[in-house]
Amino acid sequence: MLTTFNGHQVFYATGGQALDVNLPALIFVHGAGMDHTVWTLQSRYFARHGHAVIALDLPGHGRSLGAPLATVEALATWVLGVVRALGFNRAVLIGHSLGSLVVLEAAGQAPQFVRSLALLGFSYPMQVGAPLLEAAQNNDHAAVDMLMIWGHDYVAQLGGNAVPGMGIVTPIQRLVERAAPGVLYTDLHACHVYAGGIDAAPRVQCPVTLILGDRDRMTPLKGARAFMQHFKQPHLTLLQTCGHGMLEERPEETYRALAAVLDQV
Amino acid sequence: MSGPRGIGFDTLSVHAGQRPDPTTGSRAVPIYQTTSFVFQDTAQAAGLFTAGRAGYIYSRIANPTVAVLEERLAALEGGVGAVATASGMAAIHLAVMTLVEAGAHIVSSRALYGGTHNLFTYTLPRFGITTTLVDPRQPAEFARAIQPTTKLIFAETVGNPRCEVLDIDAVAAVAHAAGIPLVIDGTLTTPVLLQPFAHGADVVVHSLTKFIGGHGAAIGGCVVDAGRFDWEASGRFPRLTEPDPGLHGIDFTEDFGPSAYIARARLEGLRDFGGVLSPTIAFQFLQGLETLPLRMPRHVANAEAIATYLSKHEAVERVTYPGLAHHADHALAQRLLPKGCGAVFGFDLKGGRDAGRKFIEALQLFSHLANVGDAKSLVIHPATTTHARLDAAALRDAGITEGFVRVSIGLEDPQDLIDDLSRALYRSQQ
Repeated sequence: MLTTFNGHQVFYATGGQALDVNLPALIFVHGAGMDHTVWTLQSRYFARHGHAVIALDLPGHGRSLGAPLATVEALATWVLGVVRALGFNRAVLIGHSLGSLVVLEAAGQAPQFVRSLALLGFSYPMQVGAPLLEAAQNNDHAAVDMLMIWGHDYVAQLGGNAVPGMGIVTPIQRLVERAAPGVLYTDLHACHVYAGGIDAAPRVQCPVTLILGDRDRMTPLKGARAFMQHFKQPHLTLLQTCGHGMLEERPEETYRALAAVLDQV
Repeated sequence: MSGPRGIGFDTLSVHAGQRPDPTTGSRAVPIYQTTSFVFQDTAQAAGLFTAGRAGYIYSRIANPTVAVLEERLAALEGGVGAVATASGMAAIHLAVMTLVEAGAHIVSSRALYGGTHNLFTYTLPRFGITTTLVDPRQPAEFARAIQPTTKLIFAETVGNPRCEVLDIDAVAAVAHAAGIPLVIDGTLTTPVLLQPFAHGADVVVHSLTKFIGGHGAAIGGCVVDAGRFDWEASGRFPRLTEPDPGLHGIDFTEDFGPSAYIARARLEGLRDFGGVLSPTIAFQFLQGLETLPLRMPRHVANAEAIATYLSKHEAVERVTYPGLAHHADHALAQRLLPKGCGAVFGFDLKGGRDAGRKFIEALQLFSHLANVGDAKSLVIHPATTTHARLDAAALRDAGITEGFVRVSIGLEDPQDLIDDLSRALYRSQQ
């Protein structure tokens, strides 16, 4: 679906269903260099199970136009603005990696808007290593290689996708390769410099579920565990034998974790 | 800057796509010989039917044993995913049918396996799909043949049996300039010798029956998607870029992004055409794949030794093998195929049709049959078998002389193969 916000085309997937503002809204926010397609399974499932699904393409990603936004704060404001413009006053916010910082910041900016918060592949601070940042800044394919190899558990790199016949890593690699020059760096830099989490977390009024991979090398578990104390109602779901890319590495386990989040709402 | 190293080809050929069976711990890939799969609950069933959950419904659409083979083939080619099929021809049919409709047009190399030639020139026209055949050595001919209704370019990495080597980079550039994908049949080279995606191809098909199986015991094929072609930008593929009422309103590019093509091949192609590979046969191909990186260099070494031997034999007019310096595509082969040009080639015997007959009948180690890519060395004389109905002039039109012999070199001791050929060549000239 297409809409216009701040003068730019915005794309959001609805899971193949018409968007109904009378249904409870689920907002999905993707990670660095990616787009809404990382949420296809979740979008299509929950859209057929009583929810209004909005899986956004952030500015400059996928089919959304305009320059990518440089800060997590700006992205959070943008997400809230788009969702409100579509007619929703409350929503469950779900984000992966960069998206997890964006929805955390959004929940801090508008605590009453958020019914529940799910942070996948989350850590705080989300510092990005210098080699990755440098490669991304140079639009060097080595940045994609680092994301794919460090971003997936070794077992996932060998394969065994729950989606029959599909690779686990290569589809994500192709997605990031499609990102326009500069997009990946802008996203990673936004993660790297975001310092608003400490202020945002105490303002969050809703339950917060962290869905993390036990073998995540991009956003290591200890960073998330240490940060949990800042939330009023935290819950941790740990996915076994799973790296940073739980959406493609463990789609069924991720589904169950998200279904549990929605059961609480 | 170089990134971290990924998992190597040889490791992928043994492990890709498989995790030890979670129920039994089986290290080998279990054969899930079942038609269908019990749903956990109604919600999961509904999710599976609407592409909202990962899992299995019915083995015509997907099967866990077959899925390991598919994922392994995708990994070895560097693709996003694969669909295994009942034969190599089923793979070509699926690859093409996922892109075309009545009124569509194909541009294809004329250096084609006979079954593909029949499909393109006799069968598909009955359904309103036409093909223009062009010289694979002339990329400009591909460009000139493209029409507004053209949906793909098709070619083989190395032609069978004349071994024309395709300049994949050049033909891919032609295809992409026209907004259409390049579909490559990589059967004779396998991903060990050539990975077409690295040269710009968009889809690769294989007859698994040949070198990938390697045992000559099973028939199968596969389609692999590179995941790079931009279907939206092309504008020629509404079935991939608009909601499909026959598939729960799925918009393949919107929902599957880089995996749009291979998702449609499975969800529509296997569902409606049903050319699916059985789990037991998939298991047999997995056994072959595990040793493919070891077998192909031996096939190539034997083929090079025999091509060299034949090229010096007085009973042989000419050897058509790109690994030999006199072949028209030798320089291109050195660039595209540094690990070797495969093990299927032909040669022209002095003495025409009669010499060919005597040669075949004198062979004792080579098997006279219509197949290639076996562990055993194979031979066929087209003028007395596949093309027996053609006179000398018609054979020339097909690029085959009366003394032309095609061989597929196996894994035997190369000296034993040379000894067998030596005896038969002597008899052919008596």
